[in-house]
Amino acid sequence: MNIVEKILARASGEKEVAPGQIVDAEVDVAMIHDLTGPRAIDSFREIGVKRVWDPERIVVVFDHDVPPSTIKAAGLQKKVREFVREQGIKHFYDIGRGGVCHVVMLEKGHVRPGDLVVGADSHTVTYGALGAFATGVGATDMAAVMATGKIWLRVPEALKFEIRGRLRKYVVAKDLILHIIGMIGAEGANYKAMIFSGEAVGEIGIDGRATMCNMSVEAGAKAGIVEPDEKTIRFVRERAKGDFTAVKSDPDAHFSKVFEVNASELEPQVAIPPSVDNVKPASEVGDIEIDQAFLGTCTNGRLDDLRIASEILKGKKVKEGVRFVVVPGSQEVYQRALEEGLIEIFLRAGAAVCAPGCGPCIGISRGVLADGEVCVSAANRNFIGRMGSPKAKVYLASPAVVAASAITGKITDPREVAGK
Amino acid sequence: MKIRGRAIIYGDNIDTDIIIPGRYLVLQDPEELAKHAMEGIDPSFPEKARMGAIIVAGKNFGCGSSREEAPVALKHANTKCVIAESFARIFYRNAINIGLPIIEASIRNSVEEGDELVVDVISGMIVNETKGITLKGNPLPSLAIEIISAGGLTRYIRKKLGLE
Ligand code: SF4
Repeated sequence: MNIVEKILARASGEKEVAPGQIVDAEVDVAMIHDLTGPRAIDSFREIGVKRVWDPERIVVVFDHDVPPSTIKAAGLQKKVREFVREQGIKHFYDIGRGGVCHVVMLEKGHVRPGDLVVGADSHTVTYGALGAFATGVGATDMAAVMATGKIWLRVPEALKFEIRGRLRKYVVAKDLILHIIGMIGAEGANYKAMIFSGEAVGEIGIDGRATMCNMSVEAGAKAGIVEPDEKTIRFVRERAKGDFTAVKSDPDAHFSKVFEVNASELEPQVAIPPSVDNVKPASEVGDIEIDQAFLGTCTNGRLDDLRIASEILKGKKVKEGVRFVVVPGSQEVYQRALEEGLIEIFLRAGAAVCAPGCGPCIGISRGVLADGEVCVSAANRNFIGRMGSPKAKVYLASPAVVAASAITGKITDPREVAGK
Repeated sequence: MKIRGRAIIYGDNIDTDIIIPGRYLVLQDPEELAKHAMEGIDPSFPEKARMGAIIVAGKNFGCGSSREEAPVALKHANTKCVIAESFARIFYRNAINIGLPIIEASIRNSVEEGDELVVDVISGMIVNETKGITLKGNPLPSLAIEIISAGGLTRYIRKKLGLE
């Protein structure tokens, strides 16, 4: 069996499972946030069960509109807080305690290799970075999980991405995943799991692996997974409690397709709006002037992302007329970035550094775009209207491209400005 | 289970930010959400759908976020059924869970905006009454039919747990 089949077989108490089979699986951990939580709670009440199945296995994180920007949002957060208290939910990251849910889930040790995790958010797939099977569900599915601890899942076919060679300097995990999505298309992995392996993936740290798994859903994937190695084990041991069994694909495991990618020739990539699969090298997008550059989110708001951006930005200024919005992915990331002097580099360059959270990613608060504006963003979606006005344009790129573009005022290959 | 409505046609990759932009998610009331359904590409949708709509779309309908508000907004804007060449998986589950019937079928070449369609959700057969033709879609899996027939996942679970 491959890693996906092994995890789903274990979770559903079956000896063996195969793609297409529907299993009734036991969930190890479930996650809700301030935006999907309220509806999940309503549906939970509709089901009519009094207590959640396990208050220790539910994680609640506030991140989408924090601190709340409207009375409505504040009211919804209040409602979730009350639910947390009523149900005795143990792991609750209120404002100032956590950050973006998908950053928090990994750094606070809520995910372990081999786990089955569901979250009421599509980017739950991020946790595959630690060798877990993690997938996003809607509010009602989540309510059913909170009530029963179980979920039905169709065992997905698996696509394997064998990534050879090593990435060059200033070419990062984001470029790899953008390139892969460009290659297979926005529904190239629909209903399927994407498994990333090979030399380049081994070299990439947990932060970069999280970026890759995070964006697997942009190709429609049900899960993105990196098979666990020593890096995974070390990361999890430092954070998670209890034992775990890191499962890997058997040598004779079946994948419905294997793709080969050469990392060593890759250049920094950009996804052209409004689709995530219209991907080109940064050097080929032409002269695209920007109004805003955005660094943050569950895709690229981690420490490695802030490090590479600040390395490029050090001693330089954000171009006059450009806004550079930096939102550290979590309190922990923020704290460590402060300690390493990264935040100072951002501030001196003229960036607006905001409190951890989703920031302008979803077009609700802090940094939304006006009609006709252009943003280069380290996030994962460039859909029409995603960051505010439906007439704004969002180009997706790596933290390195975002930082380089903030300096020049147009979309820029970081190798053109770094060290100059 | 037969459903009737007028066809409204869209293209590929209709994402959840198009169906209901993020800024409206604080509007928890389904009727309020419905007023903004499809606002990303077609602000006239709620008006067009008032008499009962069947959306006919291309590939990867509902891609993007896990927001259940997407099918909820469509349903409460009086969308009777969504027919698409393919669906993104979370949208697919969400639609079934909230009781919005959806059918996989490639019929865009045989339907024009405003055509009167009758869909049999169980068999997957689609009759275009305006054009007098019968088209074939994939029937829903049996578990999905059970959930939709129960009135959505919460009712389905209530039954399973013996709460109703
Ligand atoms: S950072 Fe953006 S993509 Fe990630 S969870 Fe928040 S809103 Fe969603």
